[in-house]
Amino acid sequence: MMLYLELFLSFAQIGLFSFGGGMAALPLIENQAVQVKGWLALSEFVDLITIAEMTPGPISVNSATFVGTKVAGPLGAISATLGVIFPSVVLVLVLASLYHKYRDLPVLAKVLRGLRPASAALIGAAGFAIVKVALKKTPQEALSLQNFSGFSLLLLIASFFLLVRYKKSPLFIIGLTGLIGGLSYVLFS
Amino acid sequence: MKEPQNLYRTLFTSTFMLSAFTFGGGYVIVPLMRKKFVEELKWIDDVEMLNMISIAQSSPGALAVNTSVILGYKLKGIKGALVTVLGTILPPLLLLSLISLFYASFRDNALVAAVLSTMQAGVAAIILHVVYTMTRSILTSKNLTSALILFTSLVLVILFQVPILPVLILSALAGFLPDLSMKKEGESHDAVS
Repeated sequence: MMLYLELFLSFAQIGLFSFGGGMAALPLIENQAVQVKGWLALSEFVDLITIAEMTPGPISVNSATFVGTKVAGPLGAISATLGVIFPSVVLVLVLASLYHKYRDLPVLAKVLRGLRPASAALIGAAGFAIVKVALKKTPQEALSLQNFSGFSLLLLIASFFLLVRYKKSPLFIIGLTGLIGGLSYVLFS
Repeated sequence: MKEPQNLYRTLFTSTFMLSAFTFGGGYVIVPLMRKKFVEELKWIDDVEMLNMISIAQSSPGALAVNTSVILGYKLKGIKGALVTVLGTILPPLLLLSLISLFYASFRDNALVAAVLSTMQAGVAAIILHVVYTMTRSILTSKNLTSALILFTSLVLVILFQVPILPVLILSALAGFLPDLSMKKEGESHDAVS
């Protein structure tokens, strides 16, 4: 019982202090799980990053599930996951109810008017980072002329075209590009 | 209006499906949600979507979880929020519980790596597409202040690696700047046709 509570509280701290997406949560997870609690060895933490990035879902939720399972099985996974989302769910609920109550107040309307373009820009910056990763030939090395994948660029352009011109669903694009990768691996190696 | 029962089910199944496909980090949830709730179901519009993302980004935690909370709350109150949170965390919870049992072989599997590496190109296109759509909706309002906030934030984050929180605070304040309309200034009649 204590262990479940410990998992919940540790991951609640991580959830509370991770602003700006999953990458921001990683150093906090390393601090709690590796240094403070000793739940993971450093090499396991590196594995955790790799796997959290390879699987769908938020990195913080993936990490919580991974650590929780390792430490205390399925119930541990649930405790850690609930912990990591708890602070933000409460905070966002408060913000959401304030938003629905006061959205027509001039002050809030102005704040949102400023935040909207910034939000779009933040998504743009994330997109920029993802494009850089996607165009690499070898993921471990930095993007350069030698490490540039023309095939990925072609896939990117084709996907973009399918989205704009044929209004294909993003899920279709994810499935299709994944399938192309799987097929080319089976056929050519 | 749909039956409430149906609405909860739709909320759960859509967030579950979207979460199961958010490869490549939390931001991927934005295009997926936009497609589902703005274009297909038409439950919210683009401005509302950007408002919700702005709120989600202003608090700590995973963007996908936060955005689903706001979406669920907007459509069905606290109960709706619980349904969408459950839908969002179940796929990674189930998948990771499974994978952590034999993660070494999953991590080193060449087929998995091949699928994921081409998938990244698709994910990049999806993000670029939603950025394009959202930027266009902001720029076609021909509001110079919004365009300036957008451009400045981009430069701050990409070139100067400024953390997200100061950028959000600055832009919230910038929302109080007077409206500079491109039309009124007569600076660029030909900027947007």
